[in-house]
Amino acid sequence: MLKLSLEGGADVRIKKHPILSFEDKKEIHFSFNGRDLVGYQGDTIAAALHAKGIMHYSNSIIHGRPRGFYCAIGNCGSCNMTVNGILNVKTCMTMLEEGMVVLSKTDEVTIHG
Amino acid sequence: MVNKELVIIGGGPAGLSAALIALEAGVKVCLIDRNHILGGQLRKQTHKFFGSKSEYAKTRGIDIAKILVSDLEKYKDNLEILQEATVVGMYEDYVVTVYQNHVYKKIKAKAIIVATGASEKSLAFENNDLPGIYGAGAVQTLMNLYGVVPGKEVVMVGSGNIGLIVSYQLIQAGVKVKALLEASANIGGYLVHASKLVRLGVPIYTKTSVKKAFGKNKIEAIETIGLDDKWNHIEGTEKKITCDALCISIGLSPLHQLMSMANINTIYIRELGGLIPILENYETSMSSVFACGDVTGIEEASSAMVEGKIAGLLASKKLGNIHPEYTQLKVELNKKLFNLRQGPCGNKIRVGLKKAGEDID
Repeated sequence: MLKLSLEGGADVRIKKHPILSFEDKKEIHFSFNGRDLVGYQGDTIAAALHAKGIMHYSNSIIHGRPRGFYCAIGNCGSCNMTVNGILNVKTCMTMLEEGMVVLSKTDEVTIHG
Repeated sequence: MVNKELVIIGGGPAGLSAALIALEAGVKVCLIDRNHILGGQLRKQTHKFFGSKSEYAKTRGIDIAKILVSDLEKYKDNLEILQEATVVGMYEDYVVTVYQNHVYKKIKAKAIIVATGASEKSLAFENNDLPGIYGAGAVQTLMNLYGVVPGKEVVMVGSGNIGLIVSYQLIQAGVKVKALLEASANIGGYLVHASKLVRLGVPIYTKTSVKKAFGKNKIEAIETIGLDDKWNHIEGTEKKITCDALCISIGLSPLHQLMSMANINTIYIRELGGLIPILENYETSMSSVFACGDVTGIEEASSAMVEGKIAGLLASKKLGNIHPEYTQLKVELNKKLFNLRQGPCGNKIRVGLKKAGEDID
């Protein structure tokens, strides 16, 4: 397991907006590296973590540098994590589901060359 | 392996527009999109569009996406939509491989329209990989789709329309935009957007870029540096700005990868954002494979919708289904595209398209 700083806890959800409305949605319970968290229906995994002030998702495989999301639309792979035992899931594209187990683990891959 | 008549890759403004025209022409369409909602990047665009009424000027991007999707409804018997499905391969024998819900599927197409769009470029500086450094479009997604702000104090890099509009949207969401940096001497986007930011007190620094970012596990500050006319760093002009997020908005690159995989001929055109397919009447070097939208060169969503319609017309014709209004539509749509590319803001696009050998007059 990688060591991650689990900062935050402050919710940074938009409450008031001149154009959009973000009404109260159903709570979704999930865990990130063993820590129980709550997100909302309609969140991606990445958005739910970010809303809890968690921007550091994993570490790069060779140099161990901290990784968060970059593009948020599934292009870059910077937000890849292990979700419900499946490796390399794009967490910026994957909708949060009740009971999801999210782990930073990204190191179980084969590096060719 | 399943057989399909027309496969459209990408459900953004270009792909949805292409689908509508092809369906009107009587073609059976299989539209593949990797998101859980169709509309591509229109879904996060809360601003009202410019341009002509027929391309939904004065309508917000989020509402345009809904219109494009609802327009397809009456053709649902001929339309199959694969959502949360990522096309991971495209081959010379017209096989398209799709990854959906952890299952691989193979589809063989008679014709393909590639409308994959573009990805955000990143910028080279020390520690540019720290969490909290995001594409401006990524921040727009986070805020406008999921209602989450990227931080409390943000610095924006790049003053093109995306950088300007996202800065304004950050302020609308209650975030402080501490500075907007622009490498060249002038604002890149429309001055009407830049003026709004200036009125709201956002300092705009031209001839300035990011030298490095600070922070352990996420960004805490950046160091800016002045640039000379050739964009070289001017030592001694460094300034530190604290922030908890940095948005990079320095342009987009066409997502050419699937076409490169199928050995389709591409060409690098700087003005259009990178590698684009070499096209003749929207058809790539692989017969019956068409392309439209940002993957053929970075423009606006308005142009992507018009290009999508033209690609839909031409792909349908190739499949033997000539649209009832083919001739009239083709003339009208080409005229619209010509008009959208006029003016000083279209100059770069016109130069790029000429370099790519396209007939744009």
